[in-house]
Amino acid sequence: MTDAVVSDRAVPVYQTAEFERRLRRRYAAEKRFRLYGIAAIGLALGMLAVLLGSVVAKGYTAFWQHELRLEVFFDPAEIDPQGTRDPAVLAQANYNTLARNALQSVLTDAGSRDARRAAGDLLSVGAAFELGRMVMDDPSLIGTRRVVSLPVSDEVDQLLKGNVSRALPEADRQITDRQLAWIEQLEAKGDLVSRFNTRLFTNGDSREPELAGLKAGLLGSMLTLFVTLVLAVPVGIAAAVYLEEFAPKNRLTDLIEVNINNLAAVPSIVFGLLGLAVFLNFFGMPRSAPLVGGVVLALLVLPTIIIAGRASLKAVPPSIREAALGIGASRLQVVTHHVLPLAMPGIMTGVIIGMAHALGETAPLLMIGMVAFIVDAPSGFTDAATMLPVQIFMWADSPERAFTERTSAAIMVLLGFLIAMNALAVILRKRFERRW
Amino acid sequence: MPMSVLVAVLVALSLAGFYMGRSRALDAAGGRMANLHSVPGYYGFYAAIWAGLPALLVIVVWSAFGGAVVNALVWSSLPADAVQGLSPSQQSLLMTNILNVAGGNAGAAETSPVVRAAAEYHQHLRGIGRWALAALAFSLAVGGLWYARSRITPSLRARNQVERVVQALLIMCSLVAILTTVGIVMSLLFEAIRFFGRVSPVEFLFGLHWSPQTAIRADQVGSSGAFGAVPLFAGTILISLIAMLVAVPVGLLAAVYMAEYAPPRVRATVKPVLEILAGIPTVVYGFFAALTMAPLIRDAGQAVGLNVASESALAAGVVMGIMIIPFVSSLSDDVINAVPQSLRDGAYGLGATRSETIKQVVLPAALPGIVGAVLLAVSRAIGETMIVVMAAGLAANLTANPLAAVTTVTVQIATLLVGDQEFDSAKTLSAFGLGLVLFTVTLCLNVIALRVVQKYREKYD
Amino acid sequence: MVAQTQIQARADARPQGGVAPAVKMEARGVKVFYGAKQALKGIDLDVRDRQVTALIGPSGCGKSTFLRCLNRMNDTIDIARVEGLMTLDGQDIYDRSIDVVQLRARVGMVFQKPNPFPKSIYDNVSYGPKIHGLAAGKDEMDEVVEKSLQRAGLWNEVKDRLREPGTGLSGGQQQRLCIARAIAVSPEVILMDEPCSALDPIATAHIEELIDELRANYTIVIVTHNMQQAARVSQRTAFFHLGEMVEVGDTEEIFTNPHDERTQGYITGRYG
Repeated sequence: MTDAVVSDRAVPVYQTAEFERRLRRRYAAEKRFRLYGIAAIGLALGMLAVLLGSVVAKGYTAFWQHELRLEVFFDPAEIDPQGTRDPAVLAQANYNTLARNALQSVLTDAGSRDARRAAGDLLSVGAAFELGRMVMDDPSLIGTRRVVSLPVSDEVDQLLKGNVSRALPEADRQITDRQLAWIEQLEAKGDLVSRFNTRLFTNGDSREPELAGLKAGLLGSMLTLFVTLVLAVPVGIAAAVYLEEFAPKNRLTDLIEVNINNLAAVPSIVFGLLGLAVFLNFFGMPRSAPLVGGVVLALLVLPTIIIAGRASLKAVPPSIREAALGIGASRLQVVTHHVLPLAMPGIMTGVIIGMAHALGETAPLLMIGMVAFIVDAPSGFTDAATMLPVQIFMWADSPERAFTERTSAAIMVLLGFLIAMNALAVILRKRFERRW
Repeated sequence: MPMSVLVAVLVALSLAGFYMGRSRALDAAGGRMANLHSVPGYYGFYAAIWAGLPALLVIVVWSAFGGAVVNALVWSSLPADAVQGLSPSQQSLLMTNILNVAGGNAGAAETSPVVRAAAEYHQHLRGIGRWALAALAFSLAVGGLWYARSRITPSLRARNQVERVVQALLIMCSLVAILTTVGIVMSLLFEAIRFFGRVSPVEFLFGLHWSPQTAIRADQVGSSGAFGAVPLFAGTILISLIAMLVAVPVGLLAAVYMAEYAPPRVRATVKPVLEILAGIPTVVYGFFAALTMAPLIRDAGQAVGLNVASESALAAGVVMGIMIIPFVSSLSDDVINAVPQSLRDGAYGLGATRSETIKQVVLPAALPGIVGAVLLAVSRAIGETMIVVMAAGLAANLTANPLAAVTTVTVQIATLLVGDQEFDSAKTLSAFGLGLVLFTVTLCLNVIALRVVQKYREKYD
Repeated sequence: MVAQTQIQARADARPQGGVAPAVKMEARGVKVFYGAKQALKGIDLDVRDRQVTALIGPSGCGKSTFLRCLNRMNDTIDIARVEGLMTLDGQDIYDRSIDVVQLRARVGMVFQKPNPFPKSIYDNVSYGPKIHGLAAGKDEMDEVVEKSLQRAGLWNEVKDRLREPGTGLSGGQQQRLCIARAIAVSPEVILMDEPCSALDPIATAHIEELIDELRANYTIVIVTHNMQQAARVSQRTAFFHLGEMVEVGDTEEIFTNPHDERTQGYITGRYG
């Protein structure tokens, strides 16, 4: 039966050899095209892996830091010769000498003045400061011998972590051969220990990499984001509600819409210029303050929040509104009682994404002076402060090798916060998302 | 009276207003809800609004402009000979001095009597201002409360009134977007006009030499500085071009694969992972560009005998491209998904393979949308700051060589305005000139792109 | 030249009157699942060569789904799964050795809503021949395009504006353009999925006339919810209901003397 049909036809064009050849070529092209797509995705994902990998590889060591266990004699003659225990006297004392004395007693050949200094350089300049703080916290230490852990200098730390090769010729490294011998001697005794680096979180910024910490940046970020949150969320939600639920279709609302869409694409640095010209120069608000940073970031993320808010309001089906209107609710009641609660998960997701964006923003903060060397954590909204990304920017600019490690660690902390925020947004969406 | 106390008092008065309004409405209705126009709570809100809102507005206005008014009064009180012949920068220095002394930030001892007198006057005025404000706000609140109380009758349409106020608040919140734009335009325009008073716009836009370092003393050689921004524009275009060369093919192909080939499970995992690239802060990209990509490219260049600058445009451009990949791919993904299935069916029905359908039907149909997406991406690349600040150079070289160091508009804005600035110097103001150019160009790109995308969407809706 | 000879050859090969037409396509026990939902519950149907077969039935009955099985358009839906046997000229079209691209070139399709590509009229028609390499050179392509547009009854209306976009035509013209586009690849079977549902009565009449003419050279399967249309254009009619094929037979018989009461109910308008 089927034969009859085929013989009915002349040459079946789709069964010619030429068509077959052509088909093979077309399938080869198909395969190639598909490969391009896979390659593009592979490239993008590969770049992400390289980016994150390089940050982690450079930075994970910064979460540990080497300390030197040293038996220190809190010499009364050195600290408080008169025995007054007056805090002012205790604060003035030269704790460096204590550390150097302790070092001299454990190291060979560290007797000369020159050698004492070289040995002292193994420790961080912060070591003396930490000894001082111990004494001031507890003056009864004076006159006793205690084994204490003191931070080593960044060069020693880098060497111990293997970031600087010991095989380098002496001229090419910061540590002299004599110091290297001492380090190896201390290592052999087991006095150099690696500990979790709490200083990274409890210290403010410092010129010394081994003492520099993120506390000021973290607090600054928190204060700034608090201001942003308080301003951007109510205003953003209110604007979204107005535009989606109340606004008549007229010139003004069109203008507002166009404005919001454009603001979402304005370069962030322009918002910095706005902050500088309007808030600092015109309104005379303080430079470097979380208040100003928060206001600028609020303006920056407002479009994001409004757009996300409108999208989730739009997703609430009109039948809900009609049902409420039908039983005599006013439009405002419809919105506050029905539409807004239903849209809230979506709005909150938008808010979190907006805040994550604000947390990572750097450029506009440079314009309003938040790039500042901040040792003490800010205690108020008008104190000089810096933010985590700006801290990263400043550390990345520092020449010391140890700062590269710190910068990477700071990036890991920042990314950790961002991941947590985005995960929260995803959970929120998954948990409360409603399909109409 | 400190501001926080004042605000607390106002909140308390509003609260009192709420309860007063509610109970008054119930009393007036004789305890029968049916006699009331609105639910009692609305009468409460009505009274609370009258108690709180006018006073709050006064406080906001004073906080915004009070300082400027006081400063102006202080300035006009200065003896004529003290202000005469001062240059604008000296004027602002004098004012800063007065403010410092008044704020107790500077020892009064080493300042001149004029400054000290002015500072005292300043403190005096501020004190008056604070008390006047407190008195005004308080009386407004009490007056409002009293007025609301007198107005509350069962027939008062409290709900409508409250809702009108709420709606006005909502409108004000939406106007913030317009205010922001106006603020941006005004601040850029004002400062840029001052800049163009010193440097002609023609020289700025078409000059080939950029070195904004003005000398400190007027008699030094080369004190004027050079403000020809063409090398900056060229550098910006070069780096953006490199970025687009990376981002557009990769982003577009990735989007096509995701939209047309990837099985749902792959799409569900790869898409969010790609979005991570978009969520990484730019400062991290900058770090990556400066410390990983730039040395890599330099070493690779040296290996083949090329001389690559350590702050090459290539490194910054490539990393910027990586940053923009998810931007291009998610926008294109949307656009490709908006192409109606019927067009694909038409091609499949004729026996086209997938890639033929994509290349010859889907992509041409999606072209306007893709062009819009690319324009948005270009605007993004031009405005990107941190990557170039950290990985591109400062020297304004006019070159098209991607291996050389170039600088960009955003880099210059950032470096000119970071750190201590001299007010009113051409150097500082030039940053606003650059900002105006940046804003104008990106705005145009955005408007065009958004319009193209919108037109495209309407076509397939 | 290939394409043209093809068209010529078919025109000459009309079956002689009196001889029962051969079976072009055959379905045996065809089941289709969308995810967990079963859309077709075992369809047996023969599509006869050079006849118009109409598939009728209430909406959601699976007639479009069945149509899309005939050239494996369901492959483009991720969750769709097809079971059963389906042949073209006796060959299983779901066999692994069958190439879906080749199959769709032989079994063309016209869709419910006119879907011209956003290209010129000429490019719309030439697209199929181009990808399949059916015309060597521009002259030959011009000829294929002209022939196809003529057969679709559109040539006279568009011959002066072949370079204008196909989306600029009226709805009826667009649908004829889509038919021309399908004809241009010289298919053996043309599937039409409610081709007139988006058109006005005059355009519908045009398309119906066209279908009647095309019957000379092509096997046509048409899905329609319009019973008058089925009665007007088809020789055989199959009635689908809730994913089953209730009844198939000569159109005249189905409409005048249906065996199944469901068919009768539908035709007389008791439900639909």
